[in-house]
Amino acid sequence: MTFGETVLSVTMLAQTVRMAVPYACAALGGVWSERGGVVNIALEGTLLVSGLTAVAVHVATGSAAAGALAAVVAGGAFALVHGLLVARERVDAIVSGIALNLVAAGGTRFVLRSLYDSSSNSPSVAGFAVHVGGRASPAMSLLLRTLTDPLTILTVVATAVTLFTLYRTRFGLRVRACGEDPQAASSAGVPVVPVRVLAVTIGGMMCGLGGAALAFDQHQFQSGMSGGRGFIALAAVILSGWRPVRAVLACVAFAALDALQIVLQDQSRIPREVVEMFPYAATLASLVVIGLTRGAGRPPAGLGRHTEAA
Amino acid sequence: MKAGLLATICGLAAAWIAFCLLVWGFGESPREIAGQLFEGTWGTAYGTGQVLFKATPLLLTGVAIDLALRAGLFNIGAEGQLAVASLAAAMVGSHLPEGTSALYALPLVLLVAAFAGGLWALVPAVLRARFGAHEVISTIMMNRIADAAIGLVLGLGFALKGTVRTQGLAAGAHVPRLERFLPSLRGSGVSVALVAGVVLALFVGWSYRRTRFGREVSLVGMNPIACGAERIPVRWRLAQALILSGAICGLVSSATVLGYKGYFEQGLGAGAGFGGLAVALLGRGNGVGLVLAALLFGTLQQGGLAINAYVPMELMDVIQGVVITSVALADARVRAVVMRTAKGAFG
Repeated sequence: MTFGETVLSVTMLAQTVRMAVPYACAALGGVWSERGGVVNIALEGTLLVSGLTAVAVHVATGSAAAGALAAVVAGGAFALVHGLLVARERVDAIVSGIALNLVAAGGTRFVLRSLYDSSSNSPSVAGFAVHVGGRASPAMSLLLRTLTDPLTILTVVATAVTLFTLYRTRFGLRVRACGEDPQAASSAGVPVVPVRVLAVTIGGMMCGLGGAALAFDQHQFQSGMSGGRGFIALAAVILSGWRPVRAVLACVAFAALDALQIVLQDQSRIPREVVEMFPYAATLASLVVIGLTRGAGRPPAGLGRHTEAA
Repeated sequence: MKAGLLATICGLAAAWIAFCLLVWGFGESPREIAGQLFEGTWGTAYGTGQVLFKATPLLLTGVAIDLALRAGLFNIGAEGQLAVASLAAAMVGSHLPEGTSALYALPLVLLVAAFAGGLWALVPAVLRARFGAHEVISTIMMNRIADAAIGLVLGLGFALKGTVRTQGLAAGAHVPRLERFLPSLRGSGVSVALVAGVVLALFVGWSYRRTRFGREVSLVGMNPIACGAERIPVRWRLAQALILSGAICGLVSSATVLGYKGYFEQGLGAGAGFGGLAVALLGRGNGVGLVLAALLFGTLQQGGLAINAYVPMELMDVIQGVVITSVALADARVRAVVMRTAKGAFG
């Protein structure tokens, strides 16, 4: 198979969709949080915490659905802490994010050791076992399985819900108002702190979905398995100009680079390490593009700002 | 200053409570485990040496990250910068002619390390100064790229066959261990790099207040717009701070490659980048504060090993995060009270 055929294969498409789910969920988390005016680099930790929760509950109950639900709750709870620290207590958002990421990285390894006596990975779980009937080729059945995976479907639903809620509901308007100008929102009677905390929490729940997808996809939790995805998703959010659908599409582009890594791992022309760098180098390149095209995507004007001392 | 001290005390108290809760939750007695922790760290001369050994990289990355933080930049890329620099130091150090005097070898190798670390920070620095890209994202990406790049370079034949380590350093490139001067520290890996780190921390802390460059960097961190109006080259100072931060991260190799292992292997020094964040956020621009914070987190790291048989040592990473969170929280609270008091007095 030539290089071109490899890149344009069904396998590549299937892997792209598969890899896009965690990115997209984390990016939706970023959109919710940052449209509300709270910088969120704790997405990385949220992915870890929710991923471990998903697996732990799956192991304990034997139900993948319970695991995914628990991951959503855990993601929301973790983000709630970030929201309270930043929006309510006015801790620097980056400091809070760094600290929470450290707690998540260490805490997940601590819990792994406590529960399963290994600091690197959990026992394996089934995840959502989707059966694809018929005589589809391996590549095609992977694509069908990925497309019919409940977590993929929920990601699409989450994107639609985000789009509708942010732009078509009173609550969404309030979130965006808090993100654009907290002072003005406050003057208009919007309770800025609760709205922001809620927005960050909703984002955390969506990000939690991504954590579950990440862990179920590997059929286990591995320490540090988020691998910078939270940060890449944040870059996608910035690249999209803080708009949900564009952010998800940007995530698909990053996921394609991840997929390339999987598809190309059997060839020997390009060293594995070089392919591994693609998503990260692409993120850097996208930061340059963002810098060059100022105005294409303006950050929420109130990002990182608070109302005057109440 | 007083408010900062209060915040630190609150942070330590929260850390202690978290420690007790987690140990208790794991089913052990917090008091006994704390006793074990002390016994394995400051309880013996060897333990003390190991604490100092663990504290050295944390101190150096702490100073580096603090320098960037003065300018308002979060250098989360210390991890990648120190790794790339360590590899560069080992590659140059191992190719020096045998018998090169330490007088030339050490400065050369350290210069290479600082250069490599600075070079790795150059990319985020340019992205930030030229394109306004947030350094938190770009430095994290550089960490990941460093991982892959190091694997690539080691795979290209710079590693010994079948391993992920480089050749050993030439004799002159070794940093002497402290046990040569203090025999009671025998066996622990603490080296002269610690002394250099303390001197550097005090110097950097002093230079924020007493040198033009340091003063300008910290002013840029406080209010870049005002600095721009005063004709301080803001972007250039930001870039310089980040590059210098990377260069100091490169010096971590003095404690790991040059002072301990004598070669570089994949993963050597990993974790110091994130530990250094905790040190910097606790020390906050104060040389003595940075040294004390490095000692605290060095104690936690060594203590984690001492209690690992009873409670997973990963506990200590959680404590580290709890310390940062609660110090930041207490700090914000104190600031809010001060603001309110000021408003009451003048408003």
